[in-house]
Amino acid sequence: MDLFLQELINGLSLGAIYGLIAIGYTMVYGIIGMVNFAHGDVFMLSAFIALLFLLLMTQKLGMTFMPLVFVLATLASMLMTSVWNWAIERIAYRPLRGSFRLAPLISAIGMSIFLSNFVQVAQGPRNKPIANPFGKSITLTHGGQFDVTMSYSDIIIVVVTVLLLAGFWFMVRYTSLGRSQRACEQDMKMASLLGVDVNRTVSLTFIIGAALAAVAGSLYLMKYGVVNFADGFLPGTKAFTAAVLGGIGSLPGAVLGGLLIGLIETFWSAYFSTDYKDIAAFSILAITLVFMPSGLLGRPEVEKV
Amino acid sequence: MSVTTKPDRAQGVPNFGLALNQGIWAALAATALSIPILLFRAGANINNQLVVSTRPALVAGLVATIFAARVLFVLWQSSRRATTKRAVVAIAPQTASKLKGLLVLLLIAYPFIMYGVAGPLGSLKWINNYGIQILIYVMLGWGLNIVVGLAGLLDLGYVAFYAVGAYSYALLSTKFGLSFWICLPLAGMLAALWGMILGFPVLRLRGDYLAIVTLAFGEIIRMILINWTAFSNGYAGIDSIPHVSFFGLPFEDDDTHTTFASFFHLHYQPIQQTIFLYFLILALALLTYFVTMRIRRLPIGRAWEALREDEIACRSLGINTTITKLTAFSLGAMFAGFAGSFFAVRQGFVSPDSFTFIESATILAIVVLGGLGSQIGVAFAAALMIGGTEILRELGFLKYLFGPSFDPVQYRMLIFGAGMVLMMIFRPRGLVSTRAPSIFLNEARTISGANVKEGHG
Repeated sequence: MDLFLQELINGLSLGAIYGLIAIGYTMVYGIIGMVNFAHGDVFMLSAFIALLFLLLMTQKLGMTFMPLVFVLATLASMLMTSVWNWAIERIAYRPLRGSFRLAPLISAIGMSIFLSNFVQVAQGPRNKPIANPFGKSITLTHGGQFDVTMSYSDIIIVVVTVLLLAGFWFMVRYTSLGRSQRACEQDMKMASLLGVDVNRTVSLTFIIGAALAAVAGSLYLMKYGVVNFADGFLPGTKAFTAAVLGGIGSLPGAVLGGLLIGLIETFWSAYFSTDYKDIAAFSILAITLVFMPSGLLGRPEVEKV
Repeated sequence: MSVTTKPDRAQGVPNFGLALNQGIWAALAATALSIPILLFRAGANINNQLVVSTRPALVAGLVATIFAARVLFVLWQSSRRATTKRAVVAIAPQTASKLKGLLVLLLIAYPFIMYGVAGPLGSLKWINNYGIQILIYVMLGWGLNIVVGLAGLLDLGYVAFYAVGAYSYALLSTKFGLSFWICLPLAGMLAALWGMILGFPVLRLRGDYLAIVTLAFGEIIRMILINWTAFSNGYAGIDSIPHVSFFGLPFEDDDTHTTFASFFHLHYQPIQQTIFLYFLILALALLTYFVTMRIRRLPIGRAWEALREDEIACRSLGINTTITKLTAFSLGAMFAGFAGSFFAVRQGFVSPDSFTFIESATILAIVVLGGLGSQIGVAFAAALMIGGTEILRELGFLKYLFGPSFDPVQYRMLIFGAGMVLMMIFRPRGLVSTRAPSIFLNEARTISGANVKEGHG
């Protein structure tokens, strides 16, 4: 029971990070129907930007109150990552909009290779470790096989994710930007005829996706305390897996898929073996899709003849 | 940064105002992008703590370069006449077949030409790094072309079958002592079997769902190879894999038994093996080419292309889509298996590092850049992408330009990624954007690639 509770906590915080990245995938897919392969590397880039701002504030400005430094670094990273993702969309994807389906996919894969190697060249290939800004943890139960602990990082991750998702859901549901996004999702050409600025909507979608990925990047940096230029691929792939598992294009599906992948991964490591946790996550995806070909919450694709 | 020229402007006149405007915007964007990640660098000090250092000169140089590049590009673009369209290079089928024959002759002569020009030691690099390396990717591209280009099934885990082939030969030869010539067909069959095993569950999936599941399968196979150490020796990989023999005659410098050199009364030179490997992969690649071209004319090949164009129509005409998809998967996988066992015999060493997603992405990029479904385009794309990145290793002279600490090899993948993006922006339909249709009325006319669907199943 202790192990179960502990792994539930770990799985939820990991799943929340996957969910935040998965939203970026699923939102872009919903609107322009393309798999943004570079999103995982945007997430990695955001973690690096947060790390750099964190170091700048502590070393150059001499700030010592770590929680504040962390919040400021996250906000700065959200801003700068948004600029990056805006530029990526502008350079690599917009010229290919309306082109055939595989062109933007290859462009995105190229962008992904470019970004991870760019960060490697710019920041060096070694791991970048930092100290946890919220060191302590709360002990939940005593006296069992071991003490079940919940670190402040885990609490922050879950709370921040829930708040962001609530805000995000409100935005999609009730603001004019959300309405234009949903309009573009249904029919981009019709939306543009009715006066929706499609380019602006797509740009803002990329900016929002990047901001959420930047939060995930900062939280990842805080939870694991280390980041590397190659860290974009696996979390990115897992988040994409989560988006597909939940039904790509569906926002609640992305979060559900993220939580499921996070939980599967941690429980598999706890009860079976750490070596095969990624295999477990990918296998569950394959099995789910065999029986539900459009994911858990995705709408079945009806092909019109 | 889209360029909009006013309709009343005279065409063909360089637009300096627009160029300057665009250049300033590009420079501003570049400054904003490089502020955190390029200007500052987190490096470890002696105590292994991260310290931030700043590099203003680097950022200034980069921003200036981007400004100049953007200004020149816009000037060039605005000075072009709007009416000059790129002529579609449509080669008549008769000339095309002559051209292909010439190309094959050139490929056969290539190692001997290089040998004559650069000598036994100097030509090794040219035959190995350029000849063999490019031909491996040509073969893989042609194999994947069956799945993606002909049948229209998006496969992001193709490298898994390459790995199956490589490990088949590595394990069968080191554990059971089987020769390469027995392992080659076995590796192809095993890879084809895996193609079917992995193809079966994804029959119902379409488009991006299919893409992610194939990606997942590719990663699963790689992770099994990493983690099941008893089977595959994990990260360390399998080494001392037996080298290729000339149908039983080994390439060795050994007088005690018959070797390739002694049998043909030649002096032993290591290049003999390299040249043999070159011809082996050339033969395998050409086999892939001819099998694909022949199968395109068989009912199953027609069914693939029908499946790519419209799956529903395909079903309503009574085509068994299950068999059609599975044959495409397993035939594509078989060629990857051949290429994989060739890879193992050439390297003498296999490890999971050689079978990452980047490899799958590279092969897919070769197929797409070649122009989906165009065989000759795939070959050119492989030569461009693989040869291009290999040439970056030769840029040692840049050290004199940028100082001794400059290492061009470091920028190889960076340029590779950027190249992929640029090639898609400028040639989204691939290098060869025309098709020779497999069925035609009266005469074979090439059609634009824009009229060919890319498939969604």
